[in-house]
Amino acid sequence: MNKPILRIFIVLVLLFALLLVWTTRWTVIDASQLQNNPLNVRTLLDELKIKRGRILADDGTVLAKSVPAPGGTWHRSYPTGSLFAQAVGYSTAAAGDSAGLELSRGPELRGVQTGLSSVFGQLGGSPRVGDDVYTTLDPKAQRVAVAGLAGRVGSVVALDPRTGAVKVMYSNPTYNDNDPHATGPNISNFNRATQAAYPPGSTFKVVTDTAALTSRRYTPSSVVNGDSPKIIGGVPLANDNNQSFGNIDLTTALTFSVNTVWAQVAEALGRVTMTDYMQRFGFYTKPPLDYPSDEMSVSRPFSPTGAAYPPASPREDIGRIGIGQGGLAVTPLQMAMVAAAVANGGTLMTPHFTSRVVDPTGVTVETIKPSVWRQVTTPSMAAEITQMMRRVVEEGTGTPAALGGISVAGKTGTASVGLPGQGFTQPWFIGFAPVPHPKVAVAVTIERTRGGFGGTVAAPIARSVIQTLLSEGQ
Amino acid sequence: MSANRATRRLSARNRELLGLLPASLLVTAGFAGVFIQRSNVISNVSLIYGAIFLGLCLVAHVFIRRRLPHADPYLFPLVAVLASFGIVMVYRIDPTQARQQAQWFVLGLILFVATIIWLHDYRKLERYRYVIMAGSLVLLLLPRLPVIGYQANGAYLGVHIPGLFVFQPEEFAKIGLVIFLASYLRDTRQVMVIGARRFLGLTIPPLKHFGPVLVIWGLAMVILILLHDVGSSLMFYGGLLTILYVATNRISFVVVGLIAFGLGAWYLGSHITHIHYRVEDWLHPFNPHLYHAALGSYQIANGIFAQAAGGMFGQGFGQAVLTIPGNPPVPLLPAPQTDMIYAVVTDELGLFGAAALLLVYLMVIWRGFKTAMLARDSFSTLLVVGLTTMLGLQVFVIVGGVTRVIPLTGVTLPFVSYGGSSIIANFVLVALVLLASDRARTPAIATRTPADPSRASTSENE
Repeated sequence: MNKPILRIFIVLVLLFALLLVWTTRWTVIDASQLQNNPLNVRTLLDELKIKRGRILADDGTVLAKSVPAPGGTWHRSYPTGSLFAQAVGYSTAAAGDSAGLELSRGPELRGVQTGLSSVFGQLGGSPRVGDDVYTTLDPKAQRVAVAGLAGRVGSVVALDPRTGAVKVMYSNPTYNDNDPHATGPNISNFNRATQAAYPPGSTFKVVTDTAALTSRRYTPSSVVNGDSPKIIGGVPLANDNNQSFGNIDLTTALTFSVNTVWAQVAEALGRVTMTDYMQRFGFYTKPPLDYPSDEMSVSRPFSPTGAAYPPASPREDIGRIGIGQGGLAVTPLQMAMVAAAVANGGTLMTPHFTSRVVDPTGVTVETIKPSVWRQVTTPSMAAEITQMMRRVVEEGTGTPAALGGISVAGKTGTASVGLPGQGFTQPWFIGFAPVPHPKVAVAVTIERTRGGFGGTVAAPIARSVIQTLLSEGQ
Repeated sequence: MSANRATRRLSARNRELLGLLPASLLVTAGFAGVFIQRSNVISNVSLIYGAIFLGLCLVAHVFIRRRLPHADPYLFPLVAVLASFGIVMVYRIDPTQARQQAQWFVLGLILFVATIIWLHDYRKLERYRYVIMAGSLVLLLLPRLPVIGYQANGAYLGVHIPGLFVFQPEEFAKIGLVIFLASYLRDTRQVMVIGARRFLGLTIPPLKHFGPVLVIWGLAMVILILLHDVGSSLMFYGGLLTILYVATNRISFVVVGLIAFGLGAWYLGSHITHIHYRVEDWLHPFNPHLYHAALGSYQIANGIFAQAAGGMFGQGFGQAVLTIPGNPPVPLLPAPQTDMIYAVVTDELGLFGAAALLLVYLMVIWRGFKTAMLARDSFSTLLVVGLTTMLGLQVFVIVGGVTRVIPLTGVTLPFVSYGGSSIIANFVLVALVLLASDRARTPAIATRTPADPSRASTSENE
C-alpha cells in the first residue's frame, strides 16, 4: 500500500506548495498594490503609531511636532498655525491625507526603516520615531510678509539667491494646519505662491531683457522706438496712458517699463529664443522644490481657452508674452526664481525648504547642500541686467522699494486683470539686494487691486521683507 | 545485538528530548517578545511560562519513553513546537484566551496520556467500529439540535452547553470516521477490488461491500449540507477518499469521488445562500459592495491586507494591527485567534514565518505517512494515513481559505488556533499515530502480546 501513500503525500506537498505560492503572492508580489487599496486602512493606522519627527524653522522655532494621543498613537500639532500652514502642510493619518512638507518630507519624518532595523528593531517593540526636518524658513520675515499683505489676497516669496533656500513663503488667504479641513471665508488650502496662474506683467521684462542681452542681439544701450501704439501680433499695443517715448535705449525702457519697446524686442528675438530663456529660468517645468508636485503649477503661456501652449507654439503672441501678458501665467515662486537667477550672477540654484535632517539621537543624517539647477546667463550679462534693474528702483517705477544705504535691484509689474475697462490690476514686484552681492531675492504680488501699481502696492512689502532678512545678517 | 538495539532505542528517545529544546526556547522567546512589546521590560514571567511548558513536555516525553519506546521521535517535538507557537500567538492576541488555551493544552496532554494507556492496543477499536461510526455521526449532527447547537457565520459548527462549555464536535467526529473507515476497509478492501466488475474502464465494486461506504459518505454529505460548511466537507471527503484509495489502489474511486464532490460543491455553492456568499467573497473580496455587506468579504479582504502588511519578514511580534482604535474599538481582523491566525502569523513574521509554519506541518505529515508505510497491518496503515491526511487537509482548508486559494471556511489551524476541542482532539489524533508508530517500529522479535484473541486468526501479511 506504500505507492498510493507516496502519491497522496506528493498531492499534499503540492497543495502546501500552492499555499506558499499564494502567501508569496499577497506578501511580496501584490503587496504594494494591496497596501494602496482604498479599502485598506491598515497602513494609515500604522502611521498613527509612528512618532513623526519635528519640522523646525531656521531659527529653531518648532513648526510641527507630535504629541501623544490615546492608544499609543500620536497627534500632529502645529504651534505656528496659519503662519507657515502652506509651506509646512499637515498630516492627519486618520483621514489619510497630508500636504506640504509633511507630505514631501514624509519618508524622513516617519523615519527610514532599513531592512535590518525593520526585522530586529521592531521585535524589541520600540516605537518608531522619525527624523527632525530643519527648514530654511524665517519666522520673523514671514511675519513681516503677513503684515505687509495686511489681509489682501496675494503672495510673498523670498529666496536666498546664493543657495536657493526658501526664506519666506506666504499666501493669503491661508488656513490653520491644526484644523486643515475647516472651511469658511478667508480660509484656503490653495498655496498661491506655488499654484497660482497669474499674469506676471512687466516683471517678466527681466526675462525678455535676459534673452535680449545674453543672445547678444541687444545691449543695454540698444535703441528701440518707444512710441505708442505699436502693432504687436497684428493688434495695436499701447503704453500706459498711451505715452510715446520716442527712440530710447533698453535701460530707459526698463526703468520706465515701456511696453512697446519690450514687445518689439520679444518679437525680434522670436519664439525660439524667448522660449529657450524661459526654459532656462524654469518655465515649462515644475520647480525642483522639495514640495509635493501636486501642489505646484507650471508657469507657461496658455491659450484664451485655457489650454497650455506647447513651447514656442506658433499660435502664441510672443510680443505680448514678452511684457508678461499674452496668456502667460506664472507662480510667485517662479518670479522669485527669476530674480534669484539674475541676483546670483546668472546661476539659478535649486530652490529648497529643507536644510538638514536630524535623527532622534541628534545625528545629522542628511544635509541639503546648495546645488546649481540651471545656468541662465553669464555673470557679466547678469551684472548688466542688475544695473538696469537698479535704475528701476533708483529712479524708475520701483522707487518705493529703495532702502537707505542698501542698493536694491528690482522690477515692478502691473498686470491688468478682469474685464477691460473695469480698471482692476495685479501689482507685482520682484527684486534682490544688496547689489553687488545679493543675499535676498523676493517676489511679491497682490491678486487684485482697483488701479494699484506694482511700485506703490507691491514694492513696499518687498522692501520690508528684504530689510528684515538683511538685518538678520542674511 | 540487544545492546545495539538499546542504543538505537535510546537515541530515538533522546532525539525526541533534543527536539523539545527548540519548542521550549520558542515559547520562552515568544513570551519574552510579547512582554517587551507590551511593557518594554523582560518579565521573568516569560521564563516561568517557558519553564512550565518545558516541564509539561518533559513529563509527556518521559511517559512516551516508558510506554512507547519505539515511537517516531520527531512527531511529539513537532507538535510541541506547533502548540507552543500557538500559545504565544494567542497570548499576543488575547492573554485571557491564552490562559484558557494553556488549560486546554494541559487537558490535551492528559487525554494524550490517557489514550496511550487505554488504547495501548488501539486495534481493539475495530470491534466498536459501528458504535464509533454512529457516535461520530451523532456528533456531527449535534450542532443542528435546538438549545445546544449554535450557528457561527452561517455554519452550524458548535455545541453550546450553557454555563459549561462550547465545543466543536466535528473535531472528534473526524477521528471517529477515520477509525471506522480504516477498520471497515481492512476487511473489505480485497473483496471490493476482486469482486468488482469493470464498466467503461472504471472499477465498480460489488454493491454489497461498497454499500456501507456509500451510505456513510452520503450521510456525511447530508449532514454537511445541513451544517452549511464546505471547508469541513472538503476535509472529510479528502480524508475518507484517501483511505479508500490507499486501501484499494484504484484511482477510479478517487476520480468518481472527486466528481461527486465537485457536483455537490457546485450545488451547495449555488443553492445555499451562506455558501453562495462565501464563494462570491472569495472571487471578489475587494469589491467595495461585498466588502461592506453583511456576510461580506471584510474578513477575507483584511486577512489579505494583513498578509501584505507582513511582507517578506513581517512586522515583528505584537506589531500587527488587529483593531481600529476608537470607542469602542472596531475589529479590523475578525476572529484573529481562530480563523485568521495564519494572517496574523504572516503579518507579524512575514512570508518566512508562514513558510516555516507550513514546513512544520509538512514534517508532521511526512512523519505520519512514514509511520503508515512502516505499519505491519493494514488497519494501522489506513488509520494513520486517514488521520494524517485529515490533519493536512485541515491545514489546507483554513490556510487556503485565508490565502484565497479556496473559499474561506472556519476550521481551526491544528494546535495553533485558539480552541479547546481542536487541541484536545488533535492530541488524541497524535496519540493514535504514535501508538501505531510504536507498534510498527518495534523490532520483529520483540514481544507482540496477543492482546486481542480474535486477531490471532486473521493473519496479516503486509
